[in-house]
Amino acid sequence: MRGLIAILLLIIVALGFSQSLAEIPFGTPRAKIGRHYIEEGVRETGAVNIVTSVVVNYRGFDTLGEVTVLFIAAIGLGAVLTVSGGGETRKTHPASLVLHTGCRFLFPLILVFGSYIFIHGHLTPGGGFQGGAIIASGFLLMYLGCRERRISRVASNLAESLGGLVFLVMGLLGLLFGGFFLLNFLPKGTAHTLFSAGIIPIIYIAIGFKVGSELAGIIDNLIEES
Amino acid sequence: MIFIVSFLVLLMLVGAVAASVFRDLISAVIAAALVSLLAAILFYLLHAPDVAMAEAAIGAALTAAIFIIAISRTKRYEE
Amino acid sequence: MMSFLNSYIYYIGAFGLILIGLYIILVKHNLIKVIIGLGILDTGVNLFLISVGYVTKGTAPIYSESGIGSEHMVDPVPQALVLTAIVIGVAVLALALSLAIRLYQHYGTLNLRRIREQRW
Repeated sequence: MRGLIAILLLIIVALGFSQSLAEIPFGTPRAKIGRHYIEEGVRETGAVNIVTSVVVNYRGFDTLGEVTVLFIAAIGLGAVLTVSGGGETRKTHPASLVLHTGCRFLFPLILVFGSYIFIHGHLTPGGGFQGGAIIASGFLLMYLGCRERRISRVASNLAESLGGLVFLVMGLLGLLFGGFFLLNFLPKGTAHTLFSAGIIPIIYIAIGFKVGSELAGIIDNLIEES
Repeated sequence: MIFIVSFLVLLMLVGAVAASVFRDLISAVIAAALVSLLAAILFYLLHAPDVAMAEAAIGAALTAAIFIIAISRTKRYEE
Repeated sequence: MMSFLNSYIYYIGAFGLILIGLYIILVKHNLIKVIIGLGILDTGVNLFLISVGYVTKGTAPIYSESGIGSEHMVDPVPQALVLTAIVIGVAVLALALSLAIRLYQHYGTLNLRRIREQRW
């Protein structure tokens, strides 16, 4: 009975979708603001990756909101899972020697790769969120391979708080120097080099640290027994 | 080219239906990770490399990992 | 048929994922399966947003040093939106799973019908 009502509702939704999708032909350029960002992006911000300049410079305030939402989710998860204390203790077998050695060997390489991605966010595809996710995958590998090690709480909280603080301080410095929050006040430099695009690399490094330590902290909270 | 894209979209839809039908929850999670991975390939074919990288790192690896950790703390089979 | 497929295949894929995700959320009883459906719905919406921003014969919106491909570029604004949406999606899934673990520790089951009956 419930399945039939659900399929009926889905057919109505599908009909509505098809009617509106027929008016959006695939592949035609539509919004004019995109053309403005593509043509003036390199001159106004200095970053060669246009998506990076949209995320950090033109729409930087939305990125601040998104970092806040991620922070609230991590805090909520820590608060919900710590009060319980009812987890049964399971004996964890230590991993085999091959897995243990392989994980210890791969972990610094993954960290270096993730750092490369968020440092070069304004030159190549990538950025803070992708690099942070790769760093969190490196920590997940450590949890699966070498099960007796954990990241220290103090270092994780310090990295996360410093990342958020650097982002906010950069925005407030822009307010101090130019009159706008998150104004790009550092010199733009020449395109295609590492030290270009003003405050964009600094903000992306802060976001990379913050997202990486936050996702690793989420996995740490879920694995821990009590 | 259009045949490759059609094949990938068909595989993605089959994976989503499989995630709905499987009773073993770990198999359903792996089918959902397959959907995320094929969506990452389609993002790349739509000329969006940043989004493809984010979806592959976050959707296919971290989401499956936190699901499996949560399933290991609750029941494995759907009732 | 071929021209119809050529122009609408990405829409059909995204649209199919949204419908399958909605079906899982509406019909299934297990809480973790509902959360899997939420994740599939999220992926479908992101795929739809990116496929709306595609321009025919366009390239990725990154300038390279050789300078080719700077005439037609794909729209960069939906890509920035979807980057944010993917990270928020994983945050929502993590919080929902932590609440599911707490529910299991309190009620002993994850079947939504039994939880609803036990409440009163």
